[in-house]
Amino acid sequence: MAGAAGRLLHVATLLTAEPVDPPGTDERAQRLLTAALARTYADWDQLHGEDPYVRTRQDLAVRFARQAWRHRRPRGGLLDRLTPQERLVLVLRLYEGVPEEQASALLGISVERIRSVCDRSVATMRGTRSPTGRWGHTRQLRAAP
Amino acid sequence: MSGVRRNEDEVRRMLETARPQVPAGLPARASRRGARLLRRRRVLRRLWLVAAGAVVVAFTVWAVMVQPWQAPPAGTTPPLDGW
Repeated sequence: MAGAAGRLLHVATLLTAEPVDPPGTDERAQRLLTAALARTYADWDQLHGEDPYVRTRQDLAVRFARQAWRHRRPRGGLLDRLTPQERLVLVLRLYEGVPEEQASALLGISVERIRSVCDRSVATMRGTRSPTGRWGHTRQLRAAP
Repeated sequence: MSGVRRNEDEVRRMLETARPQVPAGLPARASRRGARLLRRRRVLRRLWLVAAGAVVVAFTVWAVMVQPWQAPPAGTTPPLDGW
């Protein structure tokens, strides 16, 4: 539990792009993670053999996608240069290693788009591309029903 | 293709930085909130069942009292033929 929570909190802080350094500055990430963990706790009897870690990660991703517009402002974290959607796709694909098809189903975005957003985010993070404009992109982010 | 792989690995290494510390109270808070969610769900389900039961009982009582399947009494006397 403790190890999983640590890794998931890292995922959450990457998503919200909050700095980690002075402990306690990742307030939004903590709130996201608490909500996702509570949901998994409540659904525990209906998991039917599903991995609780995977379930919590899914809930975290969908929750973040739903409130992405609240996370569009830069906060000084590692992935600050990316838009919320780029952060979400990058973290799911590269940090968590979720296959393209699963990420596509989870976020309700086509596989081609997942691929292009991921490539774009990688290029931005490596500095070979200038960051995407902030407006207009956050709006396209929508969770699957 | 390997160039793309190399770029992705580079970014992956960027992401593997220091992991934030989970605050001591967070798991407890999450489980409390989860328990509350579960309790609320149970109460809602119970309310729903009670409402459904009430509807069934009300319908039964109404049907027994009104007996809508019985033909209404004839308003007119049938004609008397062959008398």
